[in-house]
Amino acid sequence: MSGAPFLQAERIWKQFGSFTALADVSFDVHPGEFVCLLGPSGCGKTTLLRIIMGLETQTQGRILREERDISGLPPAERDFGIVFQSYALFPNLTVFDNIGYGLHSRRMKRQQIRARVGELLTLIGMPEAARKYPAQLSGGQQQRVSLARALAPSPSLLLLDEPLSALDARLRVRLRHEVRSLQRRLRVTTILVTHDQEEALTMADRIVVMNQGVIEQIGTPMEIYLHPLSPFVADFVGEMNFLDGMLVAPNRVRVAGAELACGPTDGLPGAGPVRICFRPEDVDVRAHGASAVNAMPVEIAALDFLGSFYRATLRPAAANAAELRADIPIHLQRELDLAPGRLITVSLPADRIRVFARD
Amino acid sequence: MATAVAVVPARRKLARDEWIARMAVVALALWLLVAVALPLWALLSKSFQNRDGVFVGLANYATYFSNPALFSSFWNSILVAAIATAVALPAAFAYAYALTRSAMKAKGLFNALAQIPILAPSLLPAIALIYLFGNQGLLRGLLFGQSIYGPLGIVIAEAFYTFPHALLILVTALTTADARLYESAAALGASPRRIFLTVTLPGARYGILSAALVVFTLVVTDFGAPKVIGGRFNVLATDVYKQVVGQQNFQIGAVVAMMLLAPAVLSFAAERFVRRKQMAQLTAQAVPLVPKPQPLGDGAFLGLCALVAIPIVGILATAAFASLIKFWPYNLALSLRNYNFGNFETAGWLPYWNSLRLAGWTAVIGTALIFTGAYLQEKTRGLQAVRAVVQLFAMLPLAVPGLVLGISYIFFFNHPANPLGFLYGTMAILVLNTIAHFYTVGHLTATTALKQLDSEFEAVSASLRAPFYRTFGKVTVPVCLPAILDIAVYMFVNAMTTVSAVIFLWVPPTRVASIAVVYMDDAGWQGAAAAMAMMIVYTSATVKVLHVMLARTLDRRTQAWRRR
Repeated sequence: MSGAPFLQAERIWKQFGSFTALADVSFDVHPGEFVCLLGPSGCGKTTLLRIIMGLETQTQGRILREERDISGLPPAERDFGIVFQSYALFPNLTVFDNIGYGLHSRRMKRQQIRARVGELLTLIGMPEAARKYPAQLSGGQQQRVSLARALAPSPSLLLLDEPLSALDARLRVRLRHEVRSLQRRLRVTTILVTHDQEEALTMADRIVVMNQGVIEQIGTPMEIYLHPLSPFVADFVGEMNFLDGMLVAPNRVRVAGAELACGPTDGLPGAGPVRICFRPEDVDVRAHGASAVNAMPVEIAALDFLGSFYRATLRPAAANAAELRADIPIHLQRELDLAPGRLITVSLPADRIRVFARD
Repeated sequence: MATAVAVVPARRKLARDEWIARMAVVALALWLLVAVALPLWALLSKSFQNRDGVFVGLANYATYFSNPALFSSFWNSILVAAIATAVALPAAFAYAYALTRSAMKAKGLFNALAQIPILAPSLLPAIALIYLFGNQGLLRGLLFGQSIYGPLGIVIAEAFYTFPHALLILVTALTTADARLYESAAALGASPRRIFLTVTLPGARYGILSAALVVFTLVVTDFGAPKVIGGRFNVLATDVYKQVVGQQNFQIGAVVAMMLLAPAVLSFAAERFVRRKQMAQLTAQAVPLVPKPQPLGDGAFLGLCALVAIPIVGILATAAFASLIKFWPYNLALSLRNYNFGNFETAGWLPYWNSLRLAGWTAVIGTALIFTGAYLQEKTRGLQAVRAVVQLFAMLPLAVPGLVLGISYIFFFNHPANPLGFLYGTMAILVLNTIAHFYTVGHLTATTALKQLDSEFEAVSASLRAPFYRTFGKVTVPVCLPAILDIAVYMFVNAMTTVSAVIFLWVPPTRVASIAVVYMDDAGWQGAAAAMAMMIVYTSATVKVLHVMLARTLDRRTQAWRRR
């Protein structure tokens, strides 16, 4: 992404009485970009979205659109569209009137409104639904109508507040792709709030990970997944093993009775307690005997069948070490005849092990 | 990234419609101040002043308490209210239990019959009781020499008058039962009696307490029944009237009104507290209890309901019959003579037409005001301090007896310095007073309906550049139309039947039907009083029937977009 950002949140603070909902939050959104605000419930992501929309006012900080401060503008003058988790469709108005609601406010002619609503109905793949009421639509259809209503006045920014959370799992996956391809086609700058890391990973150009009112990390889905900058991000996005160990030399840690090469340890003291982490899918169970690099002897404590793979619970041979999880493709399990009780050696690729300070 | 630090707190400019909403909230607060708060303040200060308006501390209260004739009324009121509660509550509980927990037949009919008293002023049962048990009553022998004039008559009339109010609360309390509790108790081998004592009663205990407090308050504050049938038995409500209208002693009148206000406010506060507990018992996962048929038990419940319903219907039928005969008890020939009100009062039918006007204006203006007010309060933002004032004074009228509000209006609007004094003696002040008196129930109905709407409608509208009033008109009002109708009918029926709120404020050109009942009864024209009371019943009943029909039509028309 290059050029000037379309939207900037600049050092935003939000207090509710003595509670700090947002503390010094800054991030940019570039034109045409799809940004996800990701975090657990109560992390401040929805508050941030409402501040951008103008539904809440920040205690401190500025919101800039194309470098112009819009903090003082009421929602109606910001030219942003919003979709809520509940959809907030007007129940007594038809799909046509719902989508056309914002066009009336712009003094468009009846003819123009009809054309624009028709266009949007085609866009969301529901050209037959104009005369229906929201209650006669499925959850997914209501979601699409609500999206069309927000898009109808051609807003310069689309805000989506957990728009897929009310849908069942299968439909949610399908709509992720629909929303994303719609956004790509219209090239509308979009901010989506979600607590679902899978949703963020599959949809976003960039993810802003938030926790307890602060931003933990901003990056592409790949960066967030492969190079989490904090234990929180490592834990929240995807599955992660955490083990306590000691840093013995740069890029070398002692953990669960084994000494392992690991990822970068820049910025950490030369030696001392650390916490290391790696993903279950990075645990290699094909290692053989003592020749294996970065190896650790373990016992298979349990093997849970999860469809396309097994999730193994592994108990390191060293006493008092925490258990690990490893994901084993089903064919490997068959090939190696893995079963609970067996003692094996696992190898952990050095560049997949991340190290954080531990107090 | 961020370069300059914005240390100044951010402020957002208000959109035009946000200004309008704020101004409307301020206007609402001012209205409540004039209609509720300031009159009550006038009453309070009057009770601390002498005839010349000089502050005299507790002197008036000292006079009141040292006069046994006055103070005895306080205990009379408490006594009568306690006995009436003890009569109405068990009957209402049994009735509610039969309606909700048995599979007896004709539940709809019994439910409808129990609503009859709501359609009538409390004057009506008192008049009917006089016809039945009075000096020339048909059933006088049943009293074994006791007189119906006095506590006995008041208690029976009040039990009739308060029954539907208690029933409504108890039906709600018993409906919210969780079937799983009963299934667990039965699975554990508990006997029906033990289940009743350990599951049913505890589950409904807040409802029972709440109903008891409501009945008690209604009786303490009712004016109609003791006025007609109280005889020489004085209660607080009749004392206020005697002090103010009879003796023009406004200071003592104010003290008695304060004595009336105190128990009402106390039991109101207790009732709100209890009701909140009752609500907290409801969980989303509760499985509704569906009663199973039990031929023997259901038959017993049917008999029990009939035992309660027969006196209710009997009292109404007596009043209806009394209004239609020539001269009780000597000439029982049917005649419409009693409905020719011109024979008894020069005002003739005018009070009835006045009542229709009062009820109509109260319903139209009151509903518009209450619903818009509840909407502003619930769905718009800003001016938190003003909203707190609105909330307080929207809830307060429920705790203020009609008589107290009425006397407060005299003190406030009759004050020579009040620029609003021109309202005194007009229909407008009756409408104002009636809306204020019944404001709270309408406000709560509206708030409940509004809370069921998606809380983001206003945010979505703002994002679509639609001002809030467009969404209010296009979405909120159409969706809430059933609740709006409920409020309008509630306001209309109460304006038709109320005596206490208007007894201090009418002047001959604005005399209403319920006042005409009081005066014709006083003058000995009991047949005509019964006829006028029946006109109120017929009108209220017609409006209720129209309401049901309209609600059905509305339901059919809007079926396409209402969920199930």
